[in-house]
Amino acid sequence: MTEALPKSATASREAEELATRPKIVGASVKRTEDPRLLTGKGAYVDDRKVPGMLHVAFRRSDHSHALIKAIDCGAARDADGVVAVFTAEDMREVNAVFATSRMKNYYATPITGLAIGKVRYVGEPVVGVIAQSRYLAEDALELVDITYEPLPVVIDPEEAAKPSSALLHEEANTNVLCSREFKTGDAEAAIASAAVRVSGRFRFHRKTPTAMENRTYLAEYEPGRDELTLYTSSQVPGIIRDALSDAFDMPGSQLRVVAPDVGGGFGGKASLYPEEIFVAFAARRLGRAVKWTSDRMEDLAATSQGFDQIVNAELALDAEGNAIALRAEVIGDVGAYSIYPWTAVIEPVQVVSFLPGPYKIANYLGRVRGIATSKPPTGPYRGVGRPTSTFVTERLMDMAAQRLGMDPITLRLRNMIQPDEFPHRIGSGIIWDQCAFTECLNAACGKADYQELRARQAEARAAGRWFGIGVACYAELTGIGSRISVAPGMPINTGTETAKIAIDSTGAVTAAFGVTAMGQGLETTLAQVVAEHLGGRVEDIRVIQGDSAAVPNATGSYASRSAVLAGGAATLAAQEVKEKIIRAASHLLEAASEDLVVEDGKVSVVGTDRTLTFRQLARAVYLEMGRIPADKREELTSTKTYDPVFGTSATAAHLAVVEINPDTYEIKLERFVVAEDCGRLINPMIVDGQVHGGVAQGIGAALYEEVVYNDEGQNVTASLVDYVIPTATEVPLIDVVHIEAESVTTLNGFRGMGEGGTIGAPAAVANAVADAVAPLGIDILELPISPERLFRLIESSKNHKDSSHGHET
Amino acid sequence: MTEPVIVRVNVNGVEYARRVEPRLLLSDFLRNDLGLTGTHVGCEHGVCGACTVLVNGDSVRSCLLLAIQLDGAKVETVEGLGTAQALHSVQKAFHEHHALQCGFCTPGMLMTTIDLLRKSPLANDEDIREGLSGNLCRCTGYQNIVRAVRQAADQLNTLATDEAIS
Repeated sequence: MTEALPKSATASREAEELATRPKIVGASVKRTEDPRLLTGKGAYVDDRKVPGMLHVAFRRSDHSHALIKAIDCGAARDADGVVAVFTAEDMREVNAVFATSRMKNYYATPITGLAIGKVRYVGEPVVGVIAQSRYLAEDALELVDITYEPLPVVIDPEEAAKPSSALLHEEANTNVLCSREFKTGDAEAAIASAAVRVSGRFRFHRKTPTAMENRTYLAEYEPGRDELTLYTSSQVPGIIRDALSDAFDMPGSQLRVVAPDVGGGFGGKASLYPEEIFVAFAARRLGRAVKWTSDRMEDLAATSQGFDQIVNAELALDAEGNAIALRAEVIGDVGAYSIYPWTAVIEPVQVVSFLPGPYKIANYLGRVRGIATSKPPTGPYRGVGRPTSTFVTERLMDMAAQRLGMDPITLRLRNMIQPDEFPHRIGSGIIWDQCAFTECLNAACGKADYQELRARQAEARAAGRWFGIGVACYAELTGIGSRISVAPGMPINTGTETAKIAIDSTGAVTAAFGVTAMGQGLETTLAQVVAEHLGGRVEDIRVIQGDSAAVPNATGSYASRSAVLAGGAATLAAQEVKEKIIRAASHLLEAASEDLVVEDGKVSVVGTDRTLTFRQLARAVYLEMGRIPADKREELTSTKTYDPVFGTSATAAHLAVVEINPDTYEIKLERFVVAEDCGRLINPMIVDGQVHGGVAQGIGAALYEEVVYNDEGQNVTASLVDYVIPTATEVPLIDVVHIEAESVTTLNGFRGMGEGGTIGAPAAVANAVADAVAPLGIDILELPISPERLFRLIESSKNHKDSSHGHET
Repeated sequence: MTEPVIVRVNVNGVEYARRVEPRLLLSDFLRNDLGLTGTHVGCEHGVCGACTVLVNGDSVRSCLLLAIQLDGAKVETVEGLGTAQALHSVQKAFHEHHALQCGFCTPGMLMTTIDLLRKSPLANDEDIREGLSGNLCRCTGYQNIVRAVRQAADQLNTLATDEAIS
């Protein structure tokens, strides 16, 4: 039993850590959602069955860009089990939805349930067939006859930006859906006179979020009341409710949007989809429940994609290694439509906004264009733009360190905004509040024993092995409030969330929110926050979420906001209910309020055995007439909205260690360390899990995942055999260090987390791979870095050296 | 279309007889005909492993089998393990180690784990990772799943040792 010692040592250390932690917020409480999910009793949308329910299958475009000349649905309508076949013609009374923006140089494309007159990507829904079963609906799909007139494919964003390109949206008069510039100082002049310049054309290839549950929508309709309920695997039921209200001219009181258990989202379920509009339309038109469950091919072809950017960037430094200027030109391939509500702007603009990262760079010039192509729309995907900005800036830092002959950690620490230099405004205008940049980097290096790793690398290199170490540092804006838009100029408020807490006449506590959990354990963490501030017990608090009817206004879960915003709202509402408990108990127990303590679901007079459980208290308040005079009787409820106004930021440093097999070019991750600051931890166990999962997706982005469109605009990676996500054998052990520097700008000091793992990991892995092959004289400018790409880089570098032999200057 | 046929199958110890179309997938049969929605469908092309169930003691992708192939077979699904009030030891290990987030891949992970534990000593974590490599999870980064399976395997080994001693 050689393992016994380390195991028990770990256990006792964990126990020690637990003992010193606060009882509720800060404790690794086991998740309350687990028992149902572990026993197959979760309630995902596709698990829901309703009598008379019909099923949808979509006939999707097999053209990248074409005019729809004619659609013949006759044979499909006559097919066995088919109830209805709809085209865009049938949906004319449904209003198109537009992701508008106050931003200049922006064109909002219409979003409709089915394509009208033209298709703009392979996989765009054109016809919806509704039948008794999915099998029968799919049978009838083949009977739909669509005549197309093909138009030129618009697949290369740089070509698409030229005036000569075919246009996807003629009304826009350009494929450039948005453009923007950020400028501080004079980057051009500073670069021209700099001692050291490093630059590159960086390419981050298109990804898709790939939640394990495909998107699924079920619309139920009550004809007698004209009431529609949409069950949707969405991260943003509140946004969907409001959008459908616009599309159907229906009041919110007749429209309810519910996200029950959701099987992962990662941003791919954070936008309004044509299929949601269609299912809602069809249920209302037919007066019956209508369900659509995406298959994986549809998911890979028609769920929003992301991370598709080309960045030409140059970093200039003085001879001592102080960064003085950064210049970047970003081209974002945003696909065919500007997604609702985030707009096509969200990702490319985030790239250019976050490029300066955690560094002091006095001069910055960042230009960005979002270009429409005949591919599915891009939308938010975990990290949104920052995986690319971090990749570019952190590669440039390593390239500069190599040029200067400096250690990359030393160079970073020299250029980072120091602890006494906050708040700090970076060149794009973002203001960092107190961020733990240097603390995270030092902690990651300490945990990984950086010097020892360098010593190992020297040995490995001496033996001809390809062994590399890479770091990446970043900050993200999280938990943002009403003064900053999640996407620039977007029309909806994303800066508030509401909590509604009630103790009912049985003494039970219900806390309702508009945010949604798609795996991040909010039922547990929000219950922890409520329990802490109410004086309740976590296991007694029933959390309701993901229901547009729960609170008057909500958006959902995205942008690492729910712990900060919903947690803040929960705090305010719980505090008010607690005050009411104390006022009632003060009367009932005939004690001064300052002598009362509320904890573990009961209120007691300090130093006595006089106690009321919540149940007893609630009975006295609600049921036992006369125990509290009518003018003193208050409902034990509170609804509070929290707005962090500006919000806060979260930070991390990632460190990756790789070894590359020189025969197969297989890149093996040996170790991964994350030192992160998400502010005050609510549940360290859950935070660790979020980091692990985010890093795994970042590793996928760095090494394996790429959505590939060929020259005809066909997706050649539309299966999980071709779109490869990491399995258990590709993800290494991940060590997580928590810095826990509480935010001074949010309630409770929470900073938010969830996306960060995916932001840092691609850059750290890219730097580690580049470091491993640095002796071969090649750079990593393109992700994912597959064995084939690496092989080609090394081969072309060899050829280049051979041909230029004797001509080097 | 081919005529429906009767399929008789034992699922989690209960005998079922249902008239089904020959083309009906086992995953759809379990979910739609028997109402056992704990088995999830993630890809319908045999890659993700979310729909994994045990057939006659072996883990299989229920999206790659037809229900009629199961005539006379014994099927185990996640519903046959513990209940929310009394979790099976593997489910308990997943709970204790935070080995699930969204829970969608979890039933498949659990059934694969049961199969692995019955057939392999899982001497080291590499064996566990290799054994789970046919089940995709997009939330956890696998680390806590590996820990949970490690605990379940260690418990089983201890149990086996104890039984051998007694």
